[in-house]
Amino acid sequence: MKKYIDDFKVIKNERLNYEYVILTLQHPGQMPEMMPGQFVEVRVDNGPNTFLRRPISIHDVDMEANTMKLLVQEIGDGTRLMGQLKEGDNCNLVYPLGNSFSLPEKKRVLLVGGGCGIAPLLYMGRHLVANGIEPQFLLGARTQEGLIAMDAFSELGQLYTTTEDGSHGTKGFVIHHPVMRTQSPEIDQIYTCGPEAMMKVVAKYAKNHGIKCEVSLENHMACGFGACLCCVADTLDGHKCTCTDGPVFDSTYLKW
Amino acid sequence: MVDLKIDLNGLELKNPVMTASGTFGYGEEFMDFFDISRLGGVMVKGTTLEHREGNAYPRMAETPQGMLNAVGLQNKGVHYFAEHIYPRIKDYGTHMFVNVSGSKIEDYIKTAEVVNDLEHIPGIELNISCPNVKEGGMAFGTSCPSAVAVVEAVRKVYKKHLMVKLSPNVTNIAEIGAAVEGAGADSISLINTLLGMAIDAKTRKPILSTITGGLSGPAVKPIALRMVWQVAQAVKVPIVGMGGIMNTTDAIEFMLAGASAIQVGTANFIDPCVTDKIVVGLEQYCQENGFSKVSDLIGAMEV
Ligand SMILES: Cc1cc2nc3c(=O)[nH]c(=O)nc-3n(C[C@H](O)[C@H](O)[C@H](O)COP(=O)(O)OP(=O)(O)OC[C@H]3O[C@@H](n4cnc5c(N)ncnc54)[C@H](O)[C@@H]3O)c2cc1C
Ligand SMILES: Cc1cc2nc3c(=O)[nH]c(=O)nc-3n(C[C@H](O)[C@H](O)[C@H](O)COP(=O)(O)O)c2cc1C
Ligand code: FES
Repeated sequence: MKKYIDDFKVIKNERLNYEYVILTLQHPGQMPEMMPGQFVEVRVDNGPNTFLRRPISIHDVDMEANTMKLLVQEIGDGTRLMGQLKEGDNCNLVYPLGNSFSLPEKKRVLLVGGGCGIAPLLYMGRHLVANGIEPQFLLGARTQEGLIAMDAFSELGQLYTTTEDGSHGTKGFVIHHPVMRTQSPEIDQIYTCGPEAMMKVVAKYAKNHGIKCEVSLENHMACGFGACLCCVADTLDGHKCTCTDGPVFDSTYLKW
Repeated sequence: MVDLKIDLNGLELKNPVMTASGTFGYGEEFMDFFDISRLGGVMVKGTTLEHREGNAYPRMAETPQGMLNAVGLQNKGVHYFAEHIYPRIKDYGTHMFVNVSGSKIEDYIKTAEVVNDLEHIPGIELNISCPNVKEGGMAFGTSCPSAVAVVEAVRKVYKKHLMVKLSPNVTNIAEIGAAVEGAGADSISLINTLLGMAIDAKTRKPILSTITGGLSGPAVKPIALRMVWQVAQAVKVPIVGMGGIMNTTDAIEFMLAGASAIQVGTANFIDPCVTDKIVVGLEQYCQENGFSKVSDLIGAMEV
């Protein structure tokens, strides 16, 4: 897919809670097509600690309005500065980057997310619905407050939740939820994005039950488009770039 | 009309702007962003005799106005390059140089021999300065006798433009510059990355899998500029300057310090069009300041 570099305009910055915002960005003209699972590289401000771009998943896309949404978790200087962007500010992106989730062969699909890893699952959910597949979502967080954008997900399909303190949904991690406990799961395909520890247990579960599983990695990146080789994942074929061969990998292809 | 051409010891560049090895892939990654044939030259990734997987992840740490990398020369080897990559890139309309790396003198020789036979590759950059490989690499570039030995050996088999890339991790860079000139280098490029490291205070662990790595970006620019200036005083062959160049002004500073051409590395990650902008910017600067040739800027610092 052709890559672009453009100044988008921030048209909305919606604060979800103390650490999450959703930015709505307006393309200056006709926005090119983007696939679920792809990401953008955001230019922050070139301050001393925000020198490189920051990779952020495409959370949602509206082709008619020429807008895209980014779900940002503020964990350091770069993401905090993104959280402070105001309506009318410019936001320079290199996009769309990376490969994408594939469409499932069969219809029963579960999308499992945790933390900011839920970001690409919304756009994937929309893509699935557009292809006649009703997705199920399983989203996990530490507390109820950490469960975000729930309405958007539940509009697209069945939504299950887990929290570590039990304040919402099933108590525990995603892997403790009943949909992942049954010995004969009614799932043909899993897509997962989130903390690596979570993805590993989900991938293991999928493997044990013969379910196809795609994981989306968040390796640290310098360029985001295949020029530096900093972002490699260990695969059956050796080192592969997370930014061009990924971020989405079949879980059995990774040496986990 | 400003004349942007540069004579690199007999090799003509259409302008002084090149890309730095390891930061521009094989050029292909940038084609969506601009027409790379507008560049003076492209330095492809570090190429070794055998296939190398490179170092384990994590290979990158961002640092104030810079980054550390520990890629470790991941590449598929020179034979793969000659067979599969060279046919694809040979007609890109700019000089495609190959950055040749190795751990043993023998490897450098064999790699250079393969590249010597590739008609459309006008030159190599001998990387005797990589801080990210266990043996060899930088070690060659940190003492005069070993630098001379590898340059002389490659000079015997390599018939086209031989650029030698110096390591900044030395006490006296001018001395090494003079030594590689004496050994037959056609031009000298500098600087490679500075050896550095980063620790995560939260986990109390090193960030890079290799613990140490190479520092690049604006953080190294004053050091790079100083070294280019020192080497320029010590040698007659042209110098290709790099280290932290982010824009036209930085590029001009390197030329004023004595560089005939410049390479842009880390900046490509932040603005993939930066090199194209520098080509335009250099022309503008010359126009505005009454230089009819960009080569008039070389070593034109007024003290
Ligand atoms: C493909 C991909 C998609 C992502 N999608 C999202 C998303 O949709 N929403 C979201 O909030 N975050 C996402 N991330 C993570 C996000 O890139 C990091 O949280 C962010 O780079 C941290 O920058 P910082 O300056 O706030 O933090 P700092 O910790 O100060 O950053 C220091 C350096 O480490 C890098 N870094 C730190 N944490 C990460 C991380 N988890 N992943 C990659 N690089 C990191 C930074 O880029 C920077 O170079 C994604 C990462 C990748 C690779
Ligand atoms: C990710 C990365 C990979 C690099 N790989 C190589 C390499 O293979 N061979 C080499 O000679 N230099 C390599 N370098 C060094 C650069 O070519 C350049 O000398 C250095 O980064 C300084 O320039 P800069 O500050 O503009 O990046 C690499 C640098 C980076 C950041
Ligand atoms: S981040 Fe540069 S190659 Fe992947």
